[in-house]
Amino acid sequence: MSTASPELSAQPPPRRRVRSALAGAVGLIPFTIYMALFLVVPAVAVVLGAFRSPSGGWTWNNISVATHGVYAHGFVMSIELSLLTSIVPGVLGVIVAYAVFTSRRGPLRRVVSTASGVFAQFGGVPLAFLFIATLGTTGLVTRWMSTLGFDPWDHGFSLYTFFGVAIVYTYFQLPLMVLVITPALEGLRPMWREAASGLGANSWHYWRYIGGPVIFPSILGGILLLFGSALSAYATAEALTSGSIPLTSIQIGSFLNGNVIAGEQNVGKALGLGLIVVAGIVMFFYSQVQKRASRWLR
Amino acid sequence: MVALGEVDALFDVEEFIEQPQRRFSGAGLRSVAWWRGIVLFCAGAFFLVPIYAALRFSLEKPSGTGFTLSAYTAIPSQAGFTAALWLSLQLAAATTVIMLVLMVPTSVYVHLRLPELRRFFDSITIVPIVIPPIVLIIGVLQVAPTFLKSTPYLLALEYGILAMPFVYRSLDAGLRAIDLKTLVEASRSLGGRWGSTLWRVVVPNLRSGLLSAVVLTVALVLGEFTMASLDLFQTLPVWIYNFAQDDGSVSTAVSLLALVLTWVVLMAISAIDLRRIQRTAKTRKDARS
Repeated sequence: MSTASPELSAQPPPRRRVRSALAGAVGLIPFTIYMALFLVVPAVAVVLGAFRSPSGGWTWNNISVATHGVYAHGFVMSIELSLLTSIVPGVLGVIVAYAVFTSRRGPLRRVVSTASGVFAQFGGVPLAFLFIATLGTTGLVTRWMSTLGFDPWDHGFSLYTFFGVAIVYTYFQLPLMVLVITPALEGLRPMWREAASGLGANSWHYWRYIGGPVIFPSILGGILLLFGSALSAYATAEALTSGSIPLTSIQIGSFLNGNVIAGEQNVGKALGLGLIVVAGIVMFFYSQVQKRASRWLR
Repeated sequence: MVALGEVDALFDVEEFIEQPQRRFSGAGLRSVAWWRGIVLFCAGAFFLVPIYAALRFSLEKPSGTGFTLSAYTAIPSQAGFTAALWLSLQLAAATTVIMLVLMVPTSVYVHLRLPELRRFFDSITIVPIVIPPIVLIIGVLQVAPTFLKSTPYLLALEYGILAMPFVYRSLDAGLRAIDLKTLVEASRSLGGRWGSTLWRVVVPNLRSGLLSAVVLTVALVLGEFTMASLDLFQTLPVWIYNFAQDDGSVSTAVSLLALVLTWVVLMAISAIDLRRIQRTAKTRKDARS
């Protein structure tokens, strides 16, 4: 057919393809406009602003300020806090999710699933209040511990420091991990386990050679997601410490609140660019890991 | 905040009812109860003790002796509280409407007409996660025209961006679960227009996906602090923050209320979902008998 009438068979498909591609684009116009106006334009404004001096010219000065001194310290602290509050709650979250998953009680699972949804979204000021009432200087647990003879505040603990913030972050990070990892646990087919034990494998063998390798990319993906979540968190740390701990997001916030040294108006944007770069790298690894995870788990 | 897995978790109930045999055999062949008990007890304590502490704190009399409900009864009369709550609810409604009107047709369209773009959409809708809200709001405040900056609905438009990953994931999961093509073709061949096909055929079939999209959006908007505070609008979380300086026990009471409110909304939604499943199961049984 194609040899008999090349122009007949060759012509229509490309034209149809072009037309359908155009028609396809038409349906995506509202979405594209929305994303462009409210995501791309502001993001580009931040990125360009990072290279602008207050007088309007181009400069590297903001970047250099943002990568030195107190701001470099802010990045280091942000990344340290994100690492701590993604790995520890991530691992604990897997353990909790597995404990819930293997308990055969349906109601428990349902309660945990809903509770995780609530706690994972819980953050900011209300969360700060919960913990001030718990571990603040006159908090309930603090009082319990001092009746036992160990007041943590007398032993160097403070809720308003790095480790205090890390404990508070766990309150929404751990449930987040439970939510992320539960579908992956459910994807482990019982028949794999049965087949393994039919071939004489014990529990260790199963997790070492089958369950572990299948679930590991999902765990890693969950931890990366937690990292991103901790990195961009602002409200909780701000509410808890009133900005006294030098995290990048808090530093950006203080720029926006008007605490600016003359000539450094755009440093906040350079810091923002830094966060975008770090989060972008993390999300790149996340998508790679997701690809790997979806090989066995649907 | 960035719980993509949450979307799947909201479908759990349905899966749980439809495939009990698959879910019950996931454990080891012999269950070891003691470590599970310890893990669940510790987790329970970690999550419940702060709630208990906050509850006690909000109920204690300032003198430290005895309990009183005054912190709770005082909430409605606090200056600015009703306005802040009303603003938050309006924003939640506006964001939900924006998201549904924009994303339902778009994701149906992608599934139906451009299935080869689905992977691309997966990655493009995750982009908002890469840009932290605190960074996005800098750009927004810089480029937004004054007429937009003076209205709180700019926040709703930006919340749509923050909610996008969750909304698209929910709708995508919902659309994957139904035979969209057959449904649409059937409706079209019976003479249904596009509008009525979308509204009367696709939307009812997409209900659980829609519900989880709505829940996630509402929860996000009701709890969002970063953008609202920097855009200088007093939403509920911003009000709690500003008010905290004045009265600790009332703020703690409001914080607890915010938590309970979210919980109730999520429970209500999953109850609706459960009822729907039970009803379909019943209809199926009736049809068979």
